[in-house]
Amino acid sequence: MPDGTDIVYRYDGSYQGFLCCVAESCNEKKMPQAIQLLDEPQGSLFPLRAIETRPGLAAQVERSITERVSPEVKDMVRRGFLTCMEEKELNLLRFILLGYRYGAQVIGLSTNDVVHRLDKALLYLKNEAHYSLEFLRFAECGGFLAAMLTPNNWVLPLIVGHFCERLNTENFLIYDKNHGMGFVHRTGARERGEFFYAEALELPEPTEEEERYQELWRRFYDTIAVEGRINPKLRRGNMPMRYWENMTEFQR
Amino acid sequence: MDIFERLEILTDAAKYDVACTSSGVDRPGVKGKLGSAAKAGICHSFAADGRCISLLKVLMSNDCAFDCTYCVNRRTNECSRASFTPQELCELTMEFYRRNYIEGLFLSSAVVRNPDYTCELMLRALKMLREDRGFWGYVHVKAIPGANPRLTEQLGMYADRMSVNIELPSQQSLKLLAPQKSKEKILAPMTQIRDGIRQNSKEIVKYKAAPRFVPAGQSTQMIIGATPESDRQILALTEGLYKIYSLKRVFFSAYMPVVEDRALPALTTPPPLLREHRLYQADWLLRFYGFTAGEILDEKNPDFNPFLDPKCNWAVNHLEQFPVEVNTAPYEMLLRVPGIGVKSAKRIRSARRQCRLDFDGLKKLGVVLKRARFFILCGGKSISPLPMDNPVVIAGAISERSPAQRDLDTPEQLSLFGPQKEASVKSLTKGEVPGIKGDGFLPL
Repeated sequence: MPDGTDIVYRYDGSYQGFLCCVAESCNEKKMPQAIQLLDEPQGSLFPLRAIETRPGLAAQVERSITERVSPEVKDMVRRGFLTCMEEKELNLLRFILLGYRYGAQVIGLSTNDVVHRLDKALLYLKNEAHYSLEFLRFAECGGFLAAMLTPNNWVLPLIVGHFCERLNTENFLIYDKNHGMGFVHRTGARERGEFFYAEALELPEPTEEEERYQELWRRFYDTIAVEGRINPKLRRGNMPMRYWENMTEFQR
Repeated sequence: MDIFERLEILTDAAKYDVACTSSGVDRPGVKGKLGSAAKAGICHSFAADGRCISLLKVLMSNDCAFDCTYCVNRRTNECSRASFTPQELCELTMEFYRRNYIEGLFLSSAVVRNPDYTCELMLRALKMLREDRGFWGYVHVKAIPGANPRLTEQLGMYADRMSVNIELPSQQSLKLLAPQKSKEKILAPMTQIRDGIRQNSKEIVKYKAAPRFVPAGQSTQMIIGATPESDRQILALTEGLYKIYSLKRVFFSAYMPVVEDRALPALTTPPPLLREHRLYQADWLLRFYGFTAGEILDEKNPDFNPFLDPKCNWAVNHLEQFPVEVNTAPYEMLLRVPGIGVKSAKRIRSARRQCRLDFDGLKKLGVVLKRARFFILCGGKSISPLPMDNPVVIAGAISERSPAQRDLDTPEQLSLFGPQKEASVKSLTKGEVPGIKGDGFLPL
C-alpha cells in the first residue's frame, strides 16, 4: 500500500473524476490526506492538487479493477460512490487498493475495517433504495405523474429501472430534492428515460381528480388499522419518519 | 352511498384479514400493461397498528348470508352493508397502483347469497381488471369454501396467490363458532389449489406459454385466542399445513373481541398479542431454521414461555448441545444459536473461509453477542460471564425483561397469558362443549 502524504486531492465530484484520483494515487504510490470536491472551502493547510477528469483514464482504471480484481468489486465501487459514507472517496480508494492486494477475495474480508465500513454503507444504500421504492408517491400533474424524494444516498439511479418497467404505460418524473437530480420517462413510439440536474422544481397544483384519489387513499389508510393494536413504535420502525414528508397519507 | 363511504365500510370489514403480502412471484413488466411483481414483495405503507399495507385490501361485499359467531360481517350483526361494482374496484386498483400506493389487489368477500354467486361476482371484477384494463400487478384472492371447483379454478387463473381461511385451529371450535363452515368444506378448496399448482408446474415445464395457476402459492390464516387450543396444537397444525398442503404461509390473528356472544371471550379480553408474536417466531423457526414443531413445544410444555422466545427457550433446555465453536460448527447448528440469525449465520459461513473469527469480528457480522455469548466459543474461548451449569440462570440472563421488570409485570403478564386462557376455556365451554382432546384439524 502507498505511504501516506499530506497532499489533498480535489476533483469535480463525478465518478470519472474519482477514478482519476485513484489513478493519480496509484501512479504516485502515495495515499492522499483527503479527497475533496473542487469547490469545497479550504479547511486545512495541506497543499491541494486539482485532479483533471479524463474519461479515457477513468475507463482504463475501471477496466483494471474488473480484470485484476473482479467485476463484483467494480460494481461495489460503483455503488459505493452513490453512498453517503463519511470520507467516501478515501475509503473507496483504500478498498480498491485492498482489492489489488487480495484479489477477488477482498469481498470476503468482512471483518476488515475498510471492507466493513463499505459493507455498512452499501447496506444503507440498498435499504434506502428499497424504502424509496416502497414509499415513493406519485401525483397526477396533468399528463404526467410526479414524485419527490429526499434521500441521504443517491438512490435515484438504483430505482428508476423498477419504475420504467412497472409504469411503462405512463409519463413520469422523479425528482431528488437533496441532490438536485431528476429522471423523466416518456412513453410513445420511442419510449425513453433520461436523468437531468436542476436546482429546484416547481410542480403544478393537483387537479380535482387527483385530490379525490388522494382523499380516497387517506380514507383507506385510516380505516385499515385495527384499533386494538395501535402501535406507533412498530410503525416508526417499519417506516422511518424521515420518509413521511413525501407520503400522501401524511400530507393533510 | 358514495364511493368514500363504501370504501370505508368494505375496508373496515376486510381489515381483520392478516395476509397483506405481495410476495412469491417474479413477473417482469410487459410493454403496454401497467404493473410488475417482485418475488420478495413490496410494502407500500404501514398503518397506525404498524402492520404493512401492500395491497388494496377490501371486500367485494360485506352482505353475508352466513352467521359465524366471531365475525363482524355475520348476518345477525347490525352494520351498514355495501358492495363494489367491478368498475369501481378496477378504477380504485388502477389509480392507486399508478400512484405507487399499492402493490396490487387483495380481494375477499362475504358470502353473498351463496358461495357460487359470490365467486362469480369476484370473477367478473378480476376478469375486467386483468383483461380489459391490462393490470399486470399482484392479485391475492380468497377462495370461497363451498363454491363450485370450476369457479375456484377460474379465480386461480387470474390470481397470483389464493388463500382459504382455516379460521379456527380445530374442528370442534369450528363447529362451535362457525356452524356453516366445516373442516371438509375448508380443506376441499385447499386441496384443489394445491393439486392445481402441482399440475400447472408440470405443464409449465412442457409448454412455456401455459397459463399460470396461482403462481405465488397459497396461504391461510387462523384466529388465535377465541378457542381453547394449546400453542402446541396450533404449531403442530401449522407444521402439517406446510407439509401436507405445501402452503407458502400460515398467518395467525390474535382474536379481537369485536362481537359479544356467550361462546366468545368477553369484550374486555385483551387480544393475545404476545401469544401471536410467539407463534410467528415459532413459524419462522419451522420455515427457516430447520426446527420441527415437536422440538419447539412438547407435552410437558404445551405453551410458549412468555419471557423467552422459542429459540432461546429451546437452547436453554438443550444446554448439552452447547457451546458450539463458530469457526467449525456446521451451518445448521449455527442457526440454532440464540443471537445468530439466518443472515449472520450465512455471513459467518462465508467469512470463516477467509480468516479465523474472533468475538470482535462476530459483532461486525451482526451477531447479537448479548445472547450468543452463552452458547458459543471462538477459537476455543468463551466469554460467558456466568457458569453454564444452571439453565435457569442462563434463562434469566437472556430473558426479554430484567428480573425487576418481570416482577412488576407479573400480574398483567399472567392475565394476558396463562390463567386468562384457562378462564376463557371455562367460560367458553360451560360444561356443554366437549373439550379439545388431541383431535386437531388435520389428519396428522
